Amino acid sequence: MSLLFRIAFRNILRNRRRSAMTSSAVAAGALAMLLFGGFTSYIFAGLETNNVQRIGHLTVFRAGYFLFGAGNPAAYGIDHYRDVLTLIGTDPVLKPMINVLTPTQSLVGIAGNFSDEVDASKTFLGVGLIPSDRDRMRQWDQFQIGAARPPDPLLSDRDETRGVMGFGLARILGLCARLGLADCPPLPEAERPANKIVAAVDPDIAGLAQRDVEVGAASGAPQIQLLAATAGGAPNVVSLAVSGAEPQGVKELDDNYVAMHLALAQQLVYGRGEHKVTAIELQLHRSQDLPAARARLVSLFGEHHLDLDVRDFGELTPFYGQVVRLFSAIFLFIALVMGVIVLFAVVNTMTMNVMERTNEIGTIRAMGVRRGGIRRQFILEGALIGAIGATLGALLAIAIALLVNRAGLTWVPPGNASPSPLYLYVLGRPGRAIGAWLGLVLVATFAALIPANRAARLPVVDALRHV
Amino acid sequence: MPETDRAAAVRLTEVTKTYRTGAIEVAALRGISFDIPPHSFSMVVGPSGSGKTTLLNLVGCIDAPTTGTVEVCGEKIGELEDNALTDFRARNVGFVFQGFSLVPVLSAYENVEYPLLLIGVPAAQRRERTLAMLDAVGLKDQSRQRPNELSGGQKQRVAIARALVKEPTLVLADEPTANLDTETGAAIIELMHRVQTRFHTTFVFSTHDPQLMSHADETFVIRDGRLVEHKAGAVQ
Repeated sequence: MSLLFRIAFRNILRNRRRSAMTSSAVAAGALAMLLFGGFTSYIFAGLETNNVQRIGHLTVFRAGYFLFGAGNPAAYGIDHYRDVLTLIGTDPVLKPMINVLTPTQSLVGIAGNFSDEVDASKTFLGVGLIPSDRDRMRQWDQFQIGAARPPDPLLSDRDETRGVMGFGLARILGLCARLGLADCPPLPEAERPANKIVAAVDPDIAGLAQRDVEVGAASGAPQIQLLAATAGGAPNVVSLAVSGAEPQGVKELDDNYVAMHLALAQQLVYGRGEHKVTAIELQLHRSQDLPAARARLVSLFGEHHLDLDVRDFGELTPFYGQVVRLFSAIFLFIALVMGVIVLFAVVNTMTMNVMERTNEIGTIRAMGVRRGGIRRQFILEGALIGAIGATLGALLAIAIALLVNRAGLTWVPPGNASPSPLYLYVLGRPGRAIGAWLGLVLVATFAALIPANRAARLPVVDALRHV
Repeated sequence: MPETDRAAAVRLTEVTKTYRTGAIEVAALRGISFDIPPHSFSMVVGPSGSGKTTLLNLVGCIDAPTTGTVEVCGEKIGELEDNALTDFRARNVGFVFQGFSLVPVLSAYENVEYPLLLIGVPAAQRRERTLAMLDAVGLKDQSRQRPNELSGGQKQRVAIARALVKEPTLVLADEPTANLDTETGAAIIELMHRVQTRFHTTFVFSTHDPQLMSHADETFVIRDGRLVEHKAGAVQ
């Protein structure tokens, strides 16, 4: 076996230029695949991190909420959610996996800014959360891509009246100047109170709003009123002190998003009734634990006869799956193109090698090397050319990735509003890197099979006669 | 029928070999029968195109006759499958080619060692036999050199060492002195004669070289694919 390797290796060195060119083609293939693979791995890691920071790995809903709850979140509240939190949080299987366990309340309603200068209202999609839990969730950075975010000063556990909204919603409600937002134009004249025909407002609702305006005015932050139907169907209003506006990646969300303290959201949705939540989010320490945690939750709810449903972040954000599939398809396409290039390069080189060494093939066949031995010899040479090229390409890809990762480049990922650091995550998913390396070596080996078979089938006498 | 005894190293019986090139058939051998006695220094001689090389290919088990039988060391080679025939060659037949045909990426030592690897000789024995054979052909000091670093005579010595190292029953040499000057050719003939005496190997040569032909124990003259003369000793 060692002689086989020796001969193969020396034959590669025998035609240095040809071998170098072929190995370069393989190296280029490896480089392209690993760099693009590194880029996609980073995108996947970034998207996953973003989702996990935002909604955790798993979300527990009341059964039916996932399909129908968006239209009326209040109707799908989880009863006795504190008991459910305790059940999950103290479970010996789940406890070591969980990083953050937190309840949230989704709601829909109308947000209005009825100040002296502005009279604007807009439907909103709101979420009530526990600010400190949200801050901890935003620290999650399993893939170490520098995505951990500092605590958000705009929301606080201690001030239940504070909230943040989407940049677009702030613009629509005429809060640009009050919030000091850059690149945020004021409302057009037609939207100003003096120019609007105002419909008669129910005196009770107006009274509630007026009370909240007076309470909020004392805090100094701009106040808006949130109107929603309670779980019982009655209208309810709360006042929200807007701490700031955060751009959201998608315009529809940016124009509708409001985040507030869980207690305020519950007050708006449940009033004086039993306070529930629409979801319990679980953020795990490691994404690898997701299937196990999900299975345990399902089993736990079954054991306790709880009518709850568990969904992972991939199901809740189809965009994630779409991006993964898109980039995976592009990666596959690049891999196929590179594979074909490597295939032809190696076939060409090995065919020339067979032609040049026909007499040598005849000699060693005459000496007693079987057809299989000839076949193995050329296949091994193809595999070695592939391995050398793929290794060079991999080393080059790692070097380029190191340079890019240290260059401090940024980009705005799809669905995001703010720039993120650009990394090439070449070694982030070793399975993919090893797969690309192995794939190219296999293609080179397979490519050598065709000329190797030709060499093996040569009649000894004809091979010896070859000049 | 062959006239010699049953222990012949090679026995050819009514052997024909026809090559087909498109629609044209060329008869290279036309019903040849003879025995090559063991431990002999036999020559197959004849003009170019007479069928010498074809005959050697058949005797060397690297080609099959169109009709007739070829027995080498008592084995009917036409009855062996390709792998069995290859293994048979590996054990029993050594080749010395006109153009040396050494493996260019292997050193002199590795070229000589190669046949021993093919028949599975253990490493220690391999080393011992390879060095002994290189010593026998006077190339012990050149063992690390590659073929392109050796002279024509040295290459042919390596080729002879490679053919003999496995101690085969039969060594076939196709014009072994054709690419060598007279002096080197003489030295190579002397070397082969010496090792033939020492290892009791049967040598079969195809040659035009009168110098080599003068050493023959048996001479077979071929012309137009037919055996026209068989003589003990050299043909004048």
